[in-house]
Amino acid sequence: MTTPANIIPPVDVKDQVADPILGLDSPEAARMALAHASYDSKVEGNIVFTRVDAAINWMRKNSLWPMPMGLACCAIELMATASSRFDISRFGSEVMRFSPRQSDVMIVAGTVTYKMALAVKRVWDQMPDPKWCIAMGACASSGGMYRSYAVLQGIDQLLPVDVYISGCPPRPEALIEGLMKLQRKIDGEESVRDLKADPAVAK
Amino acid sequence: MNAQEVAQQVLEKFPSSTSHEFRAEHTVTVALDDLRSVMEFCFKELGLNFLIDISSVDNMGSEPRFDMVYELATLNDSVHLRVKAAVADAVEVPTVSDIWATADWHEREIYDMMGIKFAGHPDLRRILMWEGYPYFPLRKEFPLAGKPSEMPDVASTGVAPMEGGPFVTSAGADSREKAEPRAR
Repeated sequence: MTTPANIIPPVDVKDQVADPILGLDSPEAARMALAHASYDSKVEGNIVFTRVDAAINWMRKNSLWPMPMGLACCAIELMATASSRFDISRFGSEVMRFSPRQSDVMIVAGTVTYKMALAVKRVWDQMPDPKWCIAMGACASSGGMYRSYAVLQGIDQLLPVDVYISGCPPRPEALIEGLMKLQRKIDGEESVRDLKADPAVAK
Repeated sequence: MNAQEVAQQVLEKFPSSTSHEFRAEHTVTVALDDLRSVMEFCFKELGLNFLIDISSVDNMGSEPRFDMVYELATLNDSVHLRVKAAVADAVEVPTVSDIWATADWHEREIYDMMGIKFAGHPDLRRILMWEGYPYFPLRKEFPLAGKPSEMPDVASTGVAPMEGGPFVTSAGADSREKAEPRAR
């Protein structure tokens, strides 16, 4: 099979502009290559034109691998949400990862005591970017009914929270609603710009 | 042997101790100096081979300040005996962790929460809070909302907002509405 670059006739040297993406010689060549690809009978209908942001967000939001930070009774509802009756695999989040290195969203489900708080923070720091956090239930959101010496008054005192879910504990439907809210939030993110803003990528 | 006979035997062996019965539960109160020998007597002679629980009570304002409470039982015929001993502030209690191994963690918890030390305990560290935490949170003078503490890189606590609380239940009020927990 011939590649598009091979079948395009050479163009005038003075028009040449290097195309870093397709590796073609000129804008004209790139245009022809794209036109050829979209009318190629072998791949017809299999090419979608979109923005990079939209493509990245679409991929991210439909496979959110959760880090289940189950600390109290909310974890029971989290498990119920993952099980067959509620089934969060319908939303692409069934792959609970017990390694923070493979997780996208930390679901803090339960009471965060001061003694556990730094462990939660450490796991959060070990998760690779991009990452999101759901504070599930009253305790993770605000300390809940525990106004005491032992309980952190909301996980947002330690790490940034994207979605708060009310309830004590929330129903599985509420967690799914929170997950869908997070998906809508991810859909509106400017992924490429955020990537450029990351100092590790920019240099 | 039932609980009443067990309590009677402790009384005969240790004449300075007292006993009382409430709803078929028998409690023996002994002097702290006798506590260790009472425990050995209960284990070896009376066959109370199961230590259900150890707890401590803070009677702030009265002397001696603390009470140690031991719940002893037999595994085969459900005899249940409670042993109490009064402990003054800053006085060490003899450990029973060599008699009942389960006492190890119970005594660590009492040390962590109430600040009572146990003489002869093999490993008396805090068990719930972290090493270096400066307070004993279940003592009566410790506020419910907590106190700020700082230990960079280990842990720290803040003061919890009470938001109009604490909420107090009024037992014996003449209506449900008055008896329910309210900020007072």
